Amino acid sequence: MGEAIVITSGKGGVGKTTTSANIGTALALQGKRVCLVDTDIGLRNLDVVMGLENRIIYDLVDVIQGRCKIHQALVKDKRFEDKLYLLPAAQTTDKTAVEPEQMKELINNLKQDYDYIIIDCPAGIEQGYKNAIAGADKAIVVTTPEVSAVRDADRIIGLLEKEEGIEPPKLVINRIRSHMMNSGDMLDVDEVTTHLSIDLIGIVADDDEVIKASNHGEPIALNPNSKASIAYRNIARRILGESVPLQQLDKEDKGVFSRIKRLFGVK
Amino acid sequence: MKKTQNVTIKGTKDGLTLHLDDTCSYTELKNELDRKLSNSSRVQEEAKLLSVKVKVGNRYLSEEQKEELRDLIRQKRNLIVEEIETNVLTKEEAERLKQEGEIVSIARIIRSGQVVEVTGDLLLIGDVNPGGTVKASGNIFIMGSLKGIAHAGCTGNDQAVIAASVMKPSQLRISECINRAPDQGTEEDDKVMECAYISEDRQILVDRLQVLIKKRPNLTRFEGGR
Ligand SMILES: Nc1ncnc2c1ncn2[C@@H]1O[C@H](COP(=O)(O)OP(=O)(O)O)[C@@H](O)[C@H]1O
Ligand SMILES: [Mg+2]
Repeated sequence: MGEAIVITSGKGGVGKTTTSANIGTALALQGKRVCLVDTDIGLRNLDVVMGLENRIIYDLVDVIQGRCKIHQALVKDKRFEDKLYLLPAAQTTDKTAVEPEQMKELINNLKQDYDYIIIDCPAGIEQGYKNAIAGADKAIVVTTPEVSAVRDADRIIGLLEKEEGIEPPKLVINRIRSHMMNSGDMLDVDEVTTHLSIDLIGIVADDDEVIKASNHGEPIALNPNSKASIAYRNIARRILGESVPLQQLDKEDKGVFSRIKRLFGVK
Repeated sequence: MKKTQNVTIKGTKDGLTLHLDDTCSYTELKNELDRKLSNSSRVQEEAKLLSVKVKVGNRYLSEEQKEELRDLIRQKRNLIVEEIETNVLTKEEAERLKQEGEIVSIARIIRSGQVVEVTGDLLLIGDVNPGGTVKASGNIFIMGSLKGIAHAGCTGNDQAVIAASVMKPSQLRISECINRAPDQGTEEDDKVMECAYISEDRQILVDRLQVLIKKRPNLTRFEGGR
């Protein structure tokens, strides 16, 4: 029996889909059987980031409404011998087409066949969110080091903590720009984690390669040489129970001058 | 008719006290009160209003009955009822008093969008994050950071206070008073171990925790010791 992990954030555009694609990819690279589930009905794009868009025949709503069997809708990622599958979201139907109970049943079915079900959650806290978390055993909250994103993450964590079936959520801080953190223009990792007071499971640098890779339909985790790729692979290893130290952020501009500035309270 | 008196009037240096017997029936009591106040009314037209305390012993009076007695006393004489004192509490009142005297402790983070409201004092072991709200009918003590909204004395208690290990609220409310954070946060200020209370001119003041010892000595409930 596998486990289902929902990737959520509250705010849009912070990297849920990117994180889902890359954690899924990294887990598959570790030899796990993974099923990615896109629950962002009406705004699907996990398929695009994975480069699987052209192969979609059926979608999640088709499965739930009984128009096809689960296995007919699952898109196989040929790069990973039978390890990685995607259940795409519907692009046309509206999100009220699915009920949390139905999602739960679907995810439970998938858990029979896969080690990890990674559920990409839509932004917001309405129906789409409720569907996405319905079948989840664990949750990863993605935020960027920005005040508004952290605020929304806090809201989501509050809601997740009330869900009986879900373990306390873990945190990913995405799109870190070390020069801005060092200059104090962005919240730093400590500030974000103390504020949200949940366990940190990974930090990912803001990296142009991520965007390039996504645009080519090749999640960055496939490329072993980028910093962001290593970050996602580390998250996957932590999910598997390994203890991997956090990546070192660039500290080059944290010189004497900025320390003096801090002392005197100058930003 | 019985000779015992159901209504006695006593004058003390603090004013008049009406003692109303608690064994006779309510009607009997009312009649006697009526009679007595009418009898003894030596004309005092010019006199100013006198306030009077009414002690009813172990008698329970409903709100209507209290109102009736007040009216009666007010009509007959130039007396105004300052308070009606009874030894009897309803179960609900007792329950409420007990709750209001209690300290409710909660160990968790109050996150954005969450509201926690308690009757009595709140002892929070954790933070109130921006967008989160805590409310208490009594005082609020926060052993973490207050970054959201705290509302103490929320049922109208001006004496209530708010204290926090780190005081960086977006808004403070005590009873009816509201005080919001300055738009330009003075980041580097020491916001550690501070308290908020309502001053004499009904403004919320924020100061170091220790001023409460002087400003709100009633916070001490401990009665033993040397
Ligand atoms: N670590 C990163 N570095 C650079 N760009 C990123 C990173 N993570 C995400 N992005 C980009 O941010 C945008 C939003 O990401 P996405 O995963 O679609 O967010 P969400 O699913 O939360 O709406 C995308 O263009 C994506 O390529
Ligand atoms: Mg998305």
